[in-house]
Amino acid sequence: MAAENIIGKSVPRKEGRDKVTGAARYIDDIAMPGMLYGATVRSQVARGVIKQISFDPQIEWDTFVLVTAKDIPGKNCIALIGDDQPCLAEGKVNHPEEPILLLAHSNPHLLRKAVDGVWIEYESLPAIFSIEDSERRTQTIWGDDNTFKTFLIEKGDVDSVWTKADHIVEGEYTTGAQEQLYIENNGVIAAFDREQGITVWGSLQCPYYVHKALMALCNLPAEKVRVVQVETGGAFGGKEDYPSMIAGHAALLAMKSGRPVKIIYDRLEDMTATTKRHPSRTRHRTAVSKDGTILGGEIDFTIDGGAYATLSSVVLSRGTIHAGGPYYWPNVRIRGKAVATNAPPHGAFRGFGAPQSLFAMERHMDRIAQVVGLSAVEVRRRNFLKPGQTTTTEQTIREEIDLGKLLDRALELSDYDAKRARFAQGNEAGPVKKGMGIAAFLHGAGFTGSGERYLASVVAVEGCVDGSVSVLVSSTEFGQGTNTVLCQIAAEALDLPYEDVRIAQPDTNQVPNSGPTVASRTVMVVGSLVRSAAVGIKQTLIANGSLGVSYSPEEFRAACRRHIAEHGQLRSLARYEPPEGVFWDDQKYRGEAYATFAWAVYIAQVAVDLSTYSARVEDFVALQEVGRVLHPVLAKGQIAGGVAQGIGFALYEKVVWQNGRMQNGQMTNYIMPTSADLPPIRVFFEEMGNVHGAYGAKGIGELPMDGPAPAIVNAIEDAIGTRFDSVPLLPEDIFEAVCAGGER
Amino acid sequence: MSRYSSDNQAHGTCEISFTVNGKQETVRIFPMARLLDVLRQELELTGAKEGCGEGECGSCSVLMDGKLVNSCLIPALQAAGASLTTIEGIAEGTQLSAMQTAFLECGGAQCGICTPGMILSACHLLSKKPEPSLEEIREGLAGNLCRCTGYMQIFEAVVQAARGNAGAKR
Repeated sequence: MAAENIIGKSVPRKEGRDKVTGAARYIDDIAMPGMLYGATVRSQVARGVIKQISFDPQIEWDTFVLVTAKDIPGKNCIALIGDDQPCLAEGKVNHPEEPILLLAHSNPHLLRKAVDGVWIEYESLPAIFSIEDSERRTQTIWGDDNTFKTFLIEKGDVDSVWTKADHIVEGEYTTGAQEQLYIENNGVIAAFDREQGITVWGSLQCPYYVHKALMALCNLPAEKVRVVQVETGGAFGGKEDYPSMIAGHAALLAMKSGRPVKIIYDRLEDMTATTKRHPSRTRHRTAVSKDGTILGGEIDFTIDGGAYATLSSVVLSRGTIHAGGPYYWPNVRIRGKAVATNAPPHGAFRGFGAPQSLFAMERHMDRIAQVVGLSAVEVRRRNFLKPGQTTTTEQTIREEIDLGKLLDRALELSDYDAKRARFAQGNEAGPVKKGMGIAAFLHGAGFTGSGERYLASVVAVEGCVDGSVSVLVSSTEFGQGTNTVLCQIAAEALDLPYEDVRIAQPDTNQVPNSGPTVASRTVMVVGSLVRSAAVGIKQTLIANGSLGVSYSPEEFRAACRRHIAEHGQLRSLARYEPPEGVFWDDQKYRGEAYATFAWAVYIAQVAVDLSTYSARVEDFVALQEVGRVLHPVLAKGQIAGGVAQGIGFALYEKVVWQNGRMQNGQMTNYIMPTSADLPPIRVFFEEMGNVHGAYGAKGIGELPMDGPAPAIVNAIEDAIGTRFDSVPLLPEDIFEAVCAGGER
Repeated sequence: MSRYSSDNQAHGTCEISFTVNGKQETVRIFPMARLLDVLRQELELTGAKEGCGEGECGSCSVLMDGKLVNSCLIPALQAAGASLTTIEGIAEGTQLSAMQTAFLECGGAQCGICTPGMILSACHLLSKKPEPSLEEIREGLAGNLCRCTGYMQIFEAVVQAARGNAGAKR
């Protein structure tokens, strides 16, 4: 296979064969000699003081391993950004399902009964469960003011625009929590050895996050903590931070017992205790001229972070920066705020704050269109960002992006005008009303602002004794295709067949820290580094004369073997270097927020049945510009999967809360879309010749989560004329609004 | 090693036999053991996964006497004398089946955790309807949840495998 055929070609997924034969080993498929099973005793109240812990005398406690906060050798926290979240509650609890005590036993069947046999008495304290209660400070549960983080973006002079406006358009939009619902629940195995320290194998996204957390918790030096990612059955952000907690629990049990300990959550525990998408509230107040041009506006974006800070500050950052959408704002003030409530901490979920603030932006654009008297198409077209203009953080758009063209193509692909005309007539008769909705949006690729600079990721590419090449990164595969695409990049850079390149298992003892697998950064940022490191291998061999400038794979393998025989190893490292002239001000939140953006226009066709009040998506067009598509099948799969999750976010997936606890933590009552629920998801790419990352690819993973919810709700309003400003939107919500006469 | 045989535990009390992937197996189990646990722990056939434990997600799907079942809902005793097929029995030696190849080529497997159940479900569908319509595929796979793909590439895989069926007939 010639190398130039590798990029842009849908080569077989590296670990695909193991996945289709059932040979792939996930964490629950692994057992170790003498292994114990661990379980977690959790808080039954939202907020309170632990008065007493007693034990059911019927249970033979001396056969169990028991761990409390007192057994923690290091610091009782899950080290992440701040260190406010305890690994095990000590004295007080701040949310339902907060871990208090750990148990392990060789017989997993005895564990559930034992968990119920730990009796905890609490003195309950008043708790808060909404953004509004948190803001009102009916109770102060975190810091001085229940506020984890605030951001302020200011551009131009917003205060001067109101008098010049022909229209001032206001709106408030909310989004609910959403469960990541990877089909493989969280799980880890930990083993402890006095010499080697602690080793954790797990289903996780970020080996070095877990590594850092275990060092602090277990009070061990870096070399005595080893974290290995095993095959991971979906993550979507849900295995970004919580695996540090589970790994910590298993590690504590392993250290105390001296035996390997496996902890696997069941679905109920996973859903009720681990993170979800942050619920949000966004307020828009926009000054618009009579031709529909946005003159300026204020946006207040607030998210509910739950009881501890965890990742809320960074989720808030992304949501705040994306709040203005793909539009030009000459003047804008955006306030972002993450507040505390007594719910389990909310965390990372594909999109990371952007789906929330973009839902508001794209619903608000439809409202502006109505007020001004323009179509949903035209109001967007008139306000799209153009090359040379600046975003809300005053980042200049340097790439040749043409959003008007993207919109036109999406309209054509969805047959928008003809269908709308047809529906306008057809909707008169019968209970089924149809409509079309648009969402235009952008998604920043890579860490925000100075994030990549701080991460300073490193990758290695190594020539092996057999003449093959190995890519060493801590970037993980959990379905997206990391293994495959990074191998494609290395193969292309080395002029080798794809089959000659493999990827090492992410193991902190073996691979350098290429950063976490989050933020749509793997292909663009890590991929670029893999390319440089691969080129380094080639240059080494050419420079020392063992390889000609052009070579066959056989010649490469021979040169590789020869080099290793002479020098011991053939290894090339690449470290992230921030591009020159990139300006970002962390204080003022101004400058180059992202290396680049992916752009998209999505169009939903929806049918609302007014006899059952159910809404159904009938057709979905997802058109995006993501730079160069390196692997068409994987890229399409990313988009279709993200759209499906977005449809769930809009119409199906409602977390029912009671006193901070999820009440529907099962797959029987928290409903994600099945194969029978989804419309044809038609995925299209527009390559506009922008060059970014490895071979021109931008980030792709999170983008498709941003557009479906607003496109669908816009389509529902188009169909039945009732305004909805919240997701999820279940039949009962539509019923209620329609019965109430639904304002327009 | 098996969960049930680890140190201070006794072995199961009932003995049952069944055929798995063409091989006769006899295991000692506890009366209420789930078929899923017996497959995974006693026979080390870990291809079937537990996603929800209540028959909703289908990642534990196996074929029992030709019927698609959620092995997390089947008491192992009920499988006595039955003929079972798990994902480990779908390939012929090292040769992938047409359905497995189609899943690989079409992108039907992403994280892979639903894949064993999904492939068995798809094989079951084609055994009943060798050339299903798209609507029949959508309905036929509705008992198997996938969070990664949005199902579109799984449908493509089933269509591709079915096309192979149609080709074989002609």
